[in-house]
Amino acid sequence: MKKIILLLLTLASAGQLAWAQLNVDMESEPAKMEDNKHCFNCHSNKIYTYENEVSGLTERKAMNPNFVYSPEKFYEGVHRHFACTDCHSPDYENFPHQAELRLDPMYTCIDCHGGDPTYASYHFEEVEEAFKQSVHASRHDETFSCWMCHDPHSYKAMTRSDFKISEIVTYHNQMCVSCHDNPVNFQRITDSTKRPLAEIHNFLPNFQLHFSAVRCIECHTSSQDTSWVAHNILEKEFAVKKCVECHSANSMLTSSLYKYQNIEARRNRGTLNAVIVNDAYVIGANRNIYLNIISIILFGMTIVGILIHIFFRIKKH
Amino acid sequence: MSQRLYLYPIWLRVWHGINAIMFLVLIATGISMQYSNPDAPLIRFDLAVQWHNITGIVLSINYLIFFVGNIVTGNGKFYFIRLKGFVQQIIQQVMYYVIGTFKGQPTPFPVTERRKFNPLQKLTYVGAMYMLVPVVIFSGLALLFPEFIVQKVFSFSGIYLTALLHGAVGFLLSLFLVIHIYFSTMGSTPTSNFKGMMTGWHEPH
Repeated sequence: MKKIILLLLTLASAGQLAWAQLNVDMESEPAKMEDNKHCFNCHSNKIYTYENEVSGLTERKAMNPNFVYSPEKFYEGVHRHFACTDCHSPDYENFPHQAELRLDPMYTCIDCHGGDPTYASYHFEEVEEAFKQSVHASRHDETFSCWMCHDPHSYKAMTRSDFKISEIVTYHNQMCVSCHDNPVNFQRITDSTKRPLAEIHNFLPNFQLHFSAVRCIECHTSSQDTSWVAHNILEKEFAVKKCVECHSANSMLTSSLYKYQNIEARRNRGTLNAVIVNDAYVIGANRNIYLNIISIILFGMTIVGILIHIFFRIKKH
Repeated sequence: MSQRLYLYPIWLRVWHGINAIMFLVLIATGISMQYSNPDAPLIRFDLAVQWHNITGIVLSINYLIFFVGNIVTGNGKFYFIRLKGFVQQIIQQVMYYVIGTFKGQPTPFPVTERRKFNPLQKLTYVGAMYMLVPVVIFSGLALLFPEFIVQKVFSFSGIYLTALLHGAVGFLLSLFLVIHIYFSTMGSTPTSNFKGMMTGWHEPH
């Protein structure tokens, strides 16, 4: 029986591993670096300069902060081999840009990746379905696109690379808190106001430690969402609030956050090490089986020793 | 029978009582957290965390009373170990518990006004109260304020190592408690030492 379970676990882990691979070449030089220099000349700076052909002057203007992008982050992201004009109209190469270009519809993930066997392992269609069930879709119109959370100009597929759990947590949570803990960004898409996150989550002991150790989606997505990264964000009433959901031997974290670690563990370090070097310690979940056995043996020996002593005391009496 | 001795002054008995209650709550809540199970919770997790934190702080303050009290009242002298011949004395005491007591031999180190503890008691009490308890208190305080814990110790998670130390030492102290309670039944009668910790008067063998 044990062998069958081991075999099934191995097959499952092999399947997950195949699922988790990143099929973007992150090693070689970005393919369209030269082409993109023209755009980044202005769009990587808060201030840009141009020759005003009418006045003949060199003018300095402030760039709209929403259109400032970091070339470094772009080339570290999953779209690093893209030219800007692969997604944006080639007409943007002319300056000043035509005003109507802004009316061009933006691509969403599924527009490029949907139905493409190259990206089948990413399950974009499942992600799209989970998103459609989420509070982000039901509370907002279609203007709430993938880009609200995933910036295509810097997006990293953290869980498919060799990042540590703590780095995955920080990266993923940053997406949430950039709106949910930032009133300016939050009110761009809603008129409602929001209490500070620390106040909403004051039921958590060590609120900051929880936020640095687990992702918001651990508690705020449906447990039925089996996507590699869950996208079915629930209404707040349905968020996990019971401590033991995570703080127990069958912690839900093992099927969410720690599945990335489990794969990393099998790949590099062995499970025990991966748990030890993880930044987070989850009492009730991270149990050391060897220490448990030693403690039970020691306790048992103590009790047996006492019982023997009692036996002889009674006998003597 | 030799005379009763007033060995446990009121401050010591109050400290001991508080310490015992806090110890029991800490063990119960600690086990409950470590082996938390949503289907069969010993103590509900959030309550276990809360009680563990509160009782841990009370025990820490209580320990300060013990530490300072021992210095101020002179009770600390009973814990002083003279290394010369100590191993021999330990062996003697162990032999008494293993063999001598069943042969009706007298205790090798009877309690007197100047000797409250036998050598084995001294060793375990010093080990528990001056080594293990400070470790469990400081590691517990560190877990209460994890932002002060070093994040990485040779690529190991600082919090994990601290929690491991806290749990392991807590377990050793639990063993100490079990043994301590059992040996307390070895007074002149099985209950005499317990009565002594209530009244302050020790009934000699």
